[in-house]
Formats: sequence, C-alpha cells, structure tokens
Amino acid sequence: MGIVANPHKTTGVLGWIDDRFPLTKMWKDHVSEYYAPKNFNFWYYFGSLALLVLVNQLLTGIFLTMHYKPSADLAFGSVEYIMRDVPWGDLIRYLHSTGASAFFIVVYLHMYRGLLYGSYRKPRELIWVFGCLIYLALMAEGFFGYVLPWGQMSYWGAQVIISLFGAIPVVGEDLVIWIQGDFVPSDATLNRIFALHVIAIPFVLVGLVVAHLLALHEVGSNNPDGVEIKKDKDENGVPKDGIPFHPYYTVKDLFGVSVFLAIFLTIVFFLPEVGGLFLEKPNFQEANPAVTPEHIAPVWYFTPFYAMLRAVPDKLFGVITMFGAVLILFVLPWLDRSPVKSIRYKGPIFKIALALFTVSFVVLGWLGLQAPTEGKTLAAQVFTVIYFLFFLLMPIYSKMDKTKPEPARVTS
Amino acid sequence: MNRLIIALSMLLTASAVSAAGGGHVLYPFEPDVKNTASVQRGAKFFMNYCSGCHSMEYLRFNRLAQDHAIPDDLLSKLMFTTDKPGEHIISAMPQERAAAWFGQAPPDLTLTARLRGADWVYSFLKSFYLDDSKATGTNNLQLPGASMPHVLGGLQGYQLLGEEEHHDDAGGHHGPVEPPFETVVEGALSAKEYDGMVADLVNFMSYAAEPGKAKMHDRGFWALLYVIFILIPLTYAIKREFWKDVH
Repeated sequence: MGIVANPHKTTGVLGWIDDRFPLTKMWKDHVSEYYAPKNFNFWYYFGSLALLVLVNQLLTGIFLTMHYKPSADLAFGSVEYIMRDVPWGDLIRYLHSTGASAFFIVVYLHMYRGLLYGSYRKPRELIWVFGCLIYLALMAEGFFGYVLPWGQMSYWGAQVIISLFGAIPVVGEDLVIWIQGDFVPSDATLNRIFALHVIAIPFVLVGLVVAHLLALHEVGSNNPDGVEIKKDKDENGVPKDGIPFHPYYTVKDLFGVSVFLAIFLTIVFFLPEVGGLFLEKPNFQEANPAVTPEHIAPVWYFTPFYAMLRAVPDKLFGVITMFGAVLILFVLPWLDRSPVKSIRYKGPIFKIALALFTVSFVVLGWLGLQAPTEGKTLAAQVFTVIYFLFFLLMPIYSKMDKTKPEPARVTS
Repeated sequence: MNRLIIALSMLLTASAVSAAGGGHVLYPFEPDVKNTASVQRGAKFFMNYCSGCHSMEYLRFNRLAQDHAIPDDLLSKLMFTTDKPGEHIISAMPQERAAAWFGQAPPDLTLTARLRGADWVYSFLKSFYLDDSKATGTNNLQLPGASMPHVLGGLQGYQLLGEEEHHDDAGGHHGPVEPPFETVVEGALSAKEYDGMVADLVNFMSYAAEPGKAKMHDRGFWALLYVIFILIPLTYAIKREFWKDVH
C-alpha cells in the first residue's frame, strides 16, 4: 500500500500499480464508467471502426517498412518483392492498401454522422476541430503513402499535387523545388515522403486521435436526438439515459467490427484493386518521368477536391478553393445557429441543404475521376458553389428554419 | 441514410467501370490462373516465343515450378542453360540496342496482364494485320502503331484489315462486333488452335502478374467462412445478451 491508499481500494499487483499510476482510474474514466447515451444507432459504429483501421495501418505498415526500399530505383521492385517473395507479404500489403481506402470510407461516414446529429455543436466544438485536423493529417498520409510504390500514377499524382504549391505568388517556384529537393519529383522527393509517411504524420495522427478522444470523454458523447444526457442524472450522478461504454458498447462495437471485417476482407482477398479504384492500373507500371499518362486522376478519396481544383479556371484561385473546401469544415460549429442539434428536430430548409450538399460531394467525387469536358466542368462549378453555399449560408438558413422541439430525454 | 449508401455504392461501381474501361478491347477474355495445364503450356510458349525479347524481371523460375507442379527435369528444359532456378526470367536482348532496333525496348511483361488487362493482351496477340506503311510490315488493331512485329505470324498466319461494317441501330447501341479481319496467309495452326495458344499464354501472364492470387483466394475463403459463420453470429449473440437489460 502506498502512503495514502488509492481511492479504488485495489490490492495486489493492481493495487501496487494504482498507488503509483492511474490505471484503474483511466479504465473507469474512459471505459467502464464512461457513460454513453443508450440510443446510438448505425451511424455510431464508424468511430471505433476508424480506430480499428488506424491500428491495422500502423501494424501492417511496420511490416511493410521492413521490406520496402525508399529509393527511386528500388521502390517499385521492392513492392513486387513484398508481393511475391515475402511470406504473407501480399496479404500484408493488401491489408494496408485496402485499409487506406477503408480509412477514408469510415471517416467520411463518421463525419457525416456529425453533420446529421449536430455532434460539432457546443460543447463539442473542439472534438470537431481535432477531428478536422485528423482528416487533414489523414489526407497528407494518404497522399504520401500513394506515392511510395513509385508507379506511374504515384509519380504523376505527386507531380501534380506538389506543383500546386507553384501557384503561390512570388515564392511558388522556389517552394516547389524546396519541397521536391530537386527540379522534378525524384529519389530525394521519395525519401522525404517516406520519412513523412512512416514517422511524422503517423505520430501527429495518433496524438490527434488521443486529443479527439480526451475531448470526447470530457464532455460526453452526443446522440441521434442531440439532447444532453448529463442534464438528467440519478442519485449516483449517473446520467439516466447513459450506459457504461464497457460492456455495452464494447460488445456492440465488436459486432460492428465483425460485419466490417466481412466486407473489408472480401475486398482484401478477392477484389484488392476494386476495378482500379483502390489500386489504379497505371501503378502496375514503374514511374517514368519521361512519359506523362494521358489521364491523371487522384485516388478516389481526393476526387471531390480535385474536381473543385479543375472547376476553377485560375490555378491559384483553384488551389485556394480546394484547400478552402477542407478548411471551411473547421468553422462549422460556429456556422450552425439552429436551436436544435439533431436533424430529427431540424426543419425542412436544413434537410434540403444537407441533401444538396451530399449530392454535391458525391457528384464532385465522380467528376474528379473523369476526364474533363465542357459539360462536366460546368457541372463541377455548379456543385462547387453548392458545396460552399451549404456552409456560407448556414448562419442564415439554420436560424430561420422551422424546428421541432427537442425531447427532454432520448427516444429509443 | 439508405439513400447515401445507395449513392455511394453507385458512385463506386460507376467509377470502377469507367476506371477499368480505359479503352475498347476487341475480344473478351477471362483468364483462368488455376488451370495448371494451361499455365504450364503458356510458360513454354512464353519461353519459346517471347523471352527472346521480353523479360519477366519479377518472376522466378522456381516460383513458377512450385506453383504449377513443374518437376525439376522439366523446369531445366524451360530455362536456358545459363539460367538458375532461383533467378528471374531475364531476356538476353541488350536493352539499349533493342531500343534502337524497335524504336523502344521491349517492355517487361511481368505485370502487363494487370496493367492492361488480360483481355487486352489476348486481343493484342490476335489483332496483328498486314500494313505496308509500317517498318515491321504489320500493324495492330488493339495497339495502333505497335513497334512489335507479328512474332506469332508463322502460327496464326497473316490477316488483312477489311472495311469496318457500320451497324446503325435505331437505339445507337453497339454490341461486341468481331473485328473485320480476313486471313490471307494460312499459319501452322488453325484459328481455334491459335486462340487456344493465346489463351494459354495470357493465362500464364495473368499468373505471372500476381502469382499469389490463387493462394489469396484460398485463404480468403477460410477467413470469410470464419467471419461470417462464427464471428458475426457469436458477437451478435453476445451483444444481444448484454443489451437485454438496457431499456
């Protein structure tokens, strides 16, 4: 026993630890006595799934790093070496490549959940901001990882993305050379991208995930009704509509994980290319700086933003639009002036606005995969405007919308 | 929520189709990498007709032997005398001079079936036709301006490209139309035998592009069997049991 007994009254090895380290305290605060609303629905699986995919990426990434060679001459061959000569190498690589796309799918659905139920509203603004930072880090991580196999599309995708910095006035050209470490994407570029992909960004990503969860557990989870369960507690200080995360949501999320695995492993084992969406066909050819592919398209999770970039005729303004589309997400908590959080009690204007936004994002994603035509560019311009208007007009329409009253307790 | 899922899945399939499309493929072909006899024949054809110019720099001889039950004595017949079983299939042709001869060095073929598609390779090998304007005397309908000569001409024979027939359906719908080839010089093989040989070659190339595919499918079968019939019912039952007391 310590000089003062620990408040959990644990004994033995656990007691020894608890006298010196808040193990039982952390377990209770974040798992066994973290009270989550009992009315979570389908949309609430994607947070734990994102965590699962993150762990998958970290573990498979470690094993890929053991065999991959970050060199312009050897990178492509080392990936084929992993595919052919490393025991279980092809499985590890497909888990990682499919995991990258799966990460974006679950994160997009996780963010959409936030939009539906107002999970970004006070007091959860910082959870949302940390989430946006995670999304930003994830985009960087996805881009860097995409370059590493050094295939044709990896190379030219990198060339296009890095050249965007050239649009910045005055310093642009020099900046591009500084980023690349060369006049064109080359061995030097690949080496620094490797460093960023395996050390810098994962480090930031994990830190942000911890901050995201700490902020969540500080204020408590939102729910599909958007009502605060902490307003109604029983005599023990436990929210009446709350249930301990463990065991209720651990077992529920395990079921979610099982269903996710059925879909995920089907792709990993049987359709790892997904018709050229998860693994693009030009990447089965080694990077060739002398031959530009006739059609350069980024991997699917960037295509909505790529469509916005191409929709704007001026390069600098296009880059600003593209980054603006991501950055505007950060201020969402301060744009929504509705008296209610959840879409269940919001009025028709918000529902129409969200539907238009959803259609815009999906159509922009499709347009970003296509070779541009006049009609498609026009469509991309229209949907880019709708995308931004969803956010920019929100302070007005969310306030004038006719909402329904929120219930006092969660509905089941 | 259902609308979103439908929209997302439509987006995925629509773009998957367009991404796979790339260009029009003349003949449909579905490779069968599990047909060991066909892959073995394809490997033999590849070594006899292709490996003089083309390498498979990522495929080892003994990996092929191991995956497709080729005994040591047969494998040694497949390899040239200087090759060792653990080595990759490397063409003896000097790359720089080859580039001067053909306009470009013959590309490595390990991943071609994944890069272009098995149906594309199948169509390419069937679509050489006589064309006097070309240095090689032949052109290719699947890859116009191809710098490769019709190496398999002695087997397939030589064909001319006829006038393309135009079908102006009312709906403007085009079904698969056979390319208008007419044979002018008979080859050593009948048309059916040649198709079979090309199919063997493409099966081999599809295998070479991803040698682990058959094993992935086997492992995937067991993994999904476990997830769908054990893990999902088990976790669902546990979840139901725990949630009985939540009202």
